[in-house]
Amino acid sequence: MDTRINKYSKQLIIINSIFILFWLTISIFPFIWTLWGSFKVKADFFSRAEWTYALSGFNTLIETGATTTVKAYIESWIEGEFWRASMNTMIVTVSVVSISLFLGTLGAYALSRSTYKYTFYILIAALIFRAMPHITLVSGYLFPFFQLNIWGILPTTIIVLVAINQPFTLWLLYSFFKTVPKELDESALIDGCSYFQAFRYIIMPVMWPGVVTAGLFSMMLAYNDFTVTALLLNQENYTMVPKINAYLGTVEYGGNYMWAVSSVVSATAPLFMIIWFFQRQLISGLTAGAVKG
Amino acid sequence: MPHKTFFWFIFPTGLAMILFIGLPIVSSFFQSLHIETQQVLMEVENCDPFGCQTNVRVDVEATDKLREENPLGRFNGFGTYLDRNHLAFDEIGEAWNISSSMGEFKDIVLNLPFYKALLFTLTFCFAVTPPVIFLGFIVALSINTLSKIIKGLIVFGTILPMIVTPLIGSLVLFWMIDSQGIIGASIQILFDDPNLSLKASSNLTWITLIIYGIWHNTPFAFVVFYAALQTVPQDPIEAAYIDGATRFQRVRYIVIPHLYPVATFIMLICLMDNFRVFEPIIGFSAEGVAQSLSWMIYQDLRNENKMLFGSAGATSMLTIIGIAILLTPVLIRTWKEFRTER
Repeated sequence: MDTRINKYSKQLIIINSIFILFWLTISIFPFIWTLWGSFKVKADFFSRAEWTYALSGFNTLIETGATTTVKAYIESWIEGEFWRASMNTMIVTVSVVSISLFLGTLGAYALSRSTYKYTFYILIAALIFRAMPHITLVSGYLFPFFQLNIWGILPTTIIVLVAINQPFTLWLLYSFFKTVPKELDESALIDGCSYFQAFRYIIMPVMWPGVVTAGLFSMMLAYNDFTVTALLLNQENYTMVPKINAYLGTVEYGGNYMWAVSSVVSATAPLFMIIWFFQRQLISGLTAGAVKG
Repeated sequence: MPHKTFFWFIFPTGLAMILFIGLPIVSSFFQSLHIETQQVLMEVENCDPFGCQTNVRVDVEATDKLREENPLGRFNGFGTYLDRNHLAFDEIGEAWNISSSMGEFKDIVLNLPFYKALLFTLTFCFAVTPPVIFLGFIVALSINTLSKIIKGLIVFGTILPMIVTPLIGSLVLFWMIDSQGIIGASIQILFDDPNLSLKASSNLTWITLIIYGIWHNTPFAFVVFYAALQTVPQDPIEAAYIDGATRFQRVRYIVIPHLYPVATFIMLICLMDNFRVFEPIIGFSAEGVAQSLSWMIYQDLRNENKMLFGSAGATSMLTIIGIAILLTPVLIRTWKEFRTER
């Protein structure tokens, strides 16, 4: 019976395949095009006269002597100091992920195990906090940070990103800990463990699937952030995303477009690789809140 | 769990949230009640052989001193909220008096910065959300029919637009749509109009931004729908099949009703997320014709030497009010869920 229901007619399969191909073209092609174009010179990637130049590398051949060039990469990483930006991104991402997981697991565990009513209000507050546009928070930070003289440095940004990230991490880990049977840590408590010991020896060994998912989302937030990093860091401490924006606009870099194009590729490639490995966790995290209800 | 243990577990994360999410909102509100100190003017008498003149000059020293004493500026109450760049009640009243028709009144009001930004933000929100839900559902439905082997790869390809940050995503599209990029140049050839450019007209720019929004948000709708499709019960579908329902009818009368709650969830999240639209405007260099509320705040803050804290604070507060309106249904939903869980 089941097989007959799920048997598709020939037309349906064809229409379906065409649609999927069409959709994949829309979603993937822009990235492939950018990757390809990053190895050309500007006159090819933005060629008004003839778009096939971008494929054949007509001007690239004239300017550099070969049809592909890594000039933009070398220049942006060395002259454009993209190496510094990517190092800053590394520092920020690693710190944000580890700190927010540390804080988040503790808090979410407590929320999932307490039976008092205030847990509900804390979760609602977290939901409200999560909805706040980041830019409105930044407008609240700047003045006090200037007064305290902590503007522009990485640690401030890290703490801010950790805090902004907490509501989502709390909710995600809260729903994860709800699925860990209570009896596990309760039996440890009866055997004389304290709550911290129960957390350390009973919960920690089984919490890694949830932690990986939460960590993935923290990573994406820290890695991708523009609003906070662009306004809270000074030029030398820029992470990758604000740096790319700086290549485009400022006089200093002369609107060097190919630097931006190659930096976009440099910044996106590691992210895609990580997501490729953790795709399953990403999807389970996104659907955690939605499908249950 | 005893109160004391609970407190120590929740303390670090609670402190972080209160300090860096709760307090900034309060701080933003206080800033919005103040306005930047104005420059102190002084009269200087310049005498030269041809006579004496009095000039008005900025007293830099006095201004600096005043600014140092009171860095937030002077108290202004709700003045900033009512000025021309925000709610602009005076200007609206005036427009009402001088305009002869409704259309003229609308034109004047929608040219005020705040209403202009509000109009774009809302248009973006409500133009992006329905196509996202529709497209996300269709993509989920069609990927669901594929065999397991290629599914993983295709799902990965589908979610890429969502993974990259809006700034990078919009840049990648912008470089193609640009009049010298592949799509932009092709369109020019297609319509045989060398001046045709998506940047040139404000309508086309809005449409481009909306298309970008759909491109960026559809993967999220897809993922949620896709997961929800796995939970559709098989029995009613089988029963409908036996009763002679076509594939379309089965989707229409069984699958779609099952997914209604999920669709509302996606809609609310989508509206809320798009209400803060800001990075695409920078990525597409569309500042000239499309401003959003978040972009207005960014604009007030990005100049390091002359940040308009008051103005940014006021816009922030108004944005938060907008978010609160959109958030209410989500809160009610969560509230109900919690009640039934207990």
